[in-house]
Amino acid sequence: MNSAIVRNLLVRGMLAGLGAGVLALVVAYVLGEPSVDKAIGFEEAHAPAHGHEVELVSRSLQSTAGLATGVLIYGVSFGGIAALAYCFALGRVGRFTPRATALLLSGCALLAVYVVPFLKYPANPPAVGDPDTIGKRTTLYFLMMVLSVLIAVAATILGKRLAPQLGTWYATVVAVAAFALVIGLAFAFLPAVNEVPSDFPATVLWRFRLSALAMQVTLWAGFGLLFGELAERLLDPKPAAAPTSAVTAPS
Amino acid sequence: MAQHVAPPTATTPVLPAKLPIGAIVPWAVFFGILMLVLLYFVGAEQGATSVVSGEDVHEWVHDARHLLGFPCH
Repeated sequence: MNSAIVRNLLVRGMLAGLGAGVLALVVAYVLGEPSVDKAIGFEEAHAPAHGHEVELVSRSLQSTAGLATGVLIYGVSFGGIAALAYCFALGRVGRFTPRATALLLSGCALLAVYVVPFLKYPANPPAVGDPDTIGKRTTLYFLMMVLSVLIAVAATILGKRLAPQLGTWYATVVAVAAFALVIGLAFAFLPAVNEVPSDFPATVLWRFRLSALAMQVTLWAGFGLLFGELAERLLDPKPAAAPTSAVTAPS
Repeated sequence: MAQHVAPPTATTPVLPAKLPIGAIVPWAVFFGILMLVLLYFVGAEQGATSVVSGEDVHEWVHDARHLLGFPCH
């Protein structure tokens, strides 16, 4: 019975992730691709000696089918992971309805999975980044992502533990402050990465990073709303039917 | 605690019950790992590390990898 609910929520999370991925894909194509093209133009203008020996995948495929593959798999994967996290969070984080829990979880996921790592190691367009340091940069990025998620989970548990003594408001303030403090320490002690070429156009970099952020906001907002709706209908099917009967009965 | 003064039939929120941890863990372990493997292929394969030889995976998801914030090359 409970296992069936977990399975059902997982499937709904992956579907909501797919839907949110489609929304994020539109944002990526409309807002992100122009900056990617400009950055590739810069790359080719400044390193003609290297050149791409053989173009394995054409630009037109990379910016459409390739982009779609990556973004949709990302959406489905994070949708599934978020749905599993939701199973743990449901009824444990506070007095929230299924829909509110989903939106709250999505907001926290946006912050912990993307925004916090982004503040330390922001997204970079092509031509930014030394190929020789890809190993170090990948390790640092994933480390920051894992740290941020673990610290967010720890802060949530801390808040729940403190709530009986301090009350919900102050427990939440302390938990958020603890999160900010530990993240601040991680930012201070992890090595900085700054490999932007000195003549790389600042506007392109800014637009690229803004569109990368817009994609994630779209993805997680879309996921929170879609998954919240699907979860609410699964866990609490009555309200969908009750208001209509309540409205029609008096009239 | 009364949340609303409105008629209970219409607006009283029904708070969800906790799902037992034991029912979640098997799904979380199996599908959690599966999802992380998928994310690895989108985010890092043929960049820092490589399971499949060549550059095809990297080149195919190239734009997504940049825009999703993963270090690409």
